[in-house]
Amino acid sequence: MNFYIVSLIKVAVMAAVFMTTLAYLQWIERKVIGHIQLRMGPYRVGPHGLLQPLADVVKLITKEGVLPSHVNKLFYLLAPFLAVALALISIAVIPFGPQVTIGNVTTWMQLTDLNMGVLFVLAVSSVGVYAVALGGWASNNKYSLLGGLRSSAQMISYELPLALALAAPLLLANTLSFRTIVDGQAGYWLGFIPRWNVFPEIVGFAVFVIAAFAETNRVPFDLPEAENELVAGFHTEYSSMSFAAFFMAEYANMVTVTAVATLLFLGGWHAPFPEPYSSFIPIIIFAGGGLVALYHGLHPARRKDKFTLPAAALVFLGIAGIFGLSFFVPVMQTILMALFWFCGKVGFLLFVFIWVRGTLPRFRYDQLMRFAWIVLFPLAMVNLLVTGLIVALTSK
Amino acid sequence: MTALIFFIFAGIAVFCGISLVAQTHPIASALSLIGVMGSLAILYLQLGGEFIAAAQVIVYAGAIMVLFIFVIMLLNAGAEGTSLQVSRFAKYVGMVLLAAFLGLISFIIQASLPKTEGVVFGAFTGGTAADVGRKLFTVYLLPFEVTSVLILIALVGAIVLARREV
Repeated sequence: MNFYIVSLIKVAVMAAVFMTTLAYLQWIERKVIGHIQLRMGPYRVGPHGLLQPLADVVKLITKEGVLPSHVNKLFYLLAPFLAVALALISIAVIPFGPQVTIGNVTTWMQLTDLNMGVLFVLAVSSVGVYAVALGGWASNNKYSLLGGLRSSAQMISYELPLALALAAPLLLANTLSFRTIVDGQAGYWLGFIPRWNVFPEIVGFAVFVIAAFAETNRVPFDLPEAENELVAGFHTEYSSMSFAAFFMAEYANMVTVTAVATLLFLGGWHAPFPEPYSSFIPIIIFAGGGLVALYHGLHPARRKDKFTLPAAALVFLGIAGIFGLSFFVPVMQTILMALFWFCGKVGFLLFVFIWVRGTLPRFRYDQLMRFAWIVLFPLAMVNLLVTGLIVALTSK
Repeated sequence: MTALIFFIFAGIAVFCGISLVAQTHPIASALSLIGVMGSLAILYLQLGGEFIAAAQVIVYAGAIMVLFIFVIMLLNAGAEGTSLQVSRFAKYVGMVLLAAFLGLISFIIQASLPKTEGVVFGAFTGGTAADVGRKLFTVYLLPFEVTSVLILIALVGAIVLARREV
């Protein structure tokens, strides 16, 4: 029975954290894009717009869900459900850290481990295209239909380089289970270079990230919802919670794809520095941030800085204190360190996604297709063949 | 538990199979086919063929059926009317006769097959990706290569046929 209770607790924690992350990811995106464009971003609801996601959720829930009269009702309602269900399901096989023992309970920081975890994520993401295609088609609107068609063509095209780029580190790891892949990346070359797959597989990593942009329908490959051509693309006719479902699915897919990139290429939860040094990094970062905030709180430039900055400093120093405390509790340190490095890497990749959105213009449709088939696909193929050759020559 | 899951997904598979034929709209039929493939993948998983299950979803549901749906949407094919006018009497009698016919067929098949001890869920464990790969490149190397050449021929043939029109 113990297994069920532990699993239930893990699912509950996971669901709460994941949902909050999705809501705040949107806040972070608006903030980062705002600062890239020399704006402040959301600022009105709560300090620095921190309660904006909450306000958005309340707004989306209380809005009227319009069911247009000309849609195919069953598929129109099915599409957002499919989108969000398929986007949320793949987080179940993503491991966040090593095995931990709390009291007498030993468990992995992961909901479940499949022998074919990588294939599971691929399968779920390959089915995810139906949500967009169906939503576009069932809306019975030419803009939506064009968006749905573009999206299915794009996702089929970019799935090939994505899968091929993903296969190269699998060859190195010789397994399909995320846990074993991450374990294979532990340790350091020459004592300080981490044994991450990104160093031998730099081409594969680049191809994977580029294809991931297309798979998640993000700028510069967001042709399915190009607003200057297609109004809003496949979700033009959606409102209220069904619109929110598509929105949430996009962010959930982003988190999943960056988590997979982290696990396969960036060494998962393993630190980039050898053990005694890496444990001090989070303390230095959080304590440094806290001290900077405290300094500016004591020398306020604006009147309200006297209260807000010391409060922020307190939060940062508190987190640094928790990391410091964890030196005396080995279990806590294992959990916190794994989470810190995993979330740090995923967060960095997510930041790159947002950064690219603030930097690059949208591709034209023919450029998008040509890029997939003439550049990415051969590159991924050659990378896979070379990796296969090296693995075959070096393995006994 | 396993038997319950088997019956649920077997039921879904059969239901989707009937729906595939009964639906008048091509998109609905295509989606029913995806339902069949998805539930078949679950059944493979129960029988221990986890790689086959994943491949079923990735290749059939995720790639081939997307192309089907893509083409249906591109042609914007609408619902087909039922042109066949059948009397209600013929319909009901036909159902009974069909059931009898299927029962007869299944009885004959079952009687002519050799007796086995039936399927035990979880007994077969050689369905991982590594096992399938090893089998493909050792025992079944010739069929594997022949199939791939066959697919290559079909691909080249499709390109040749398509080019003639341009």
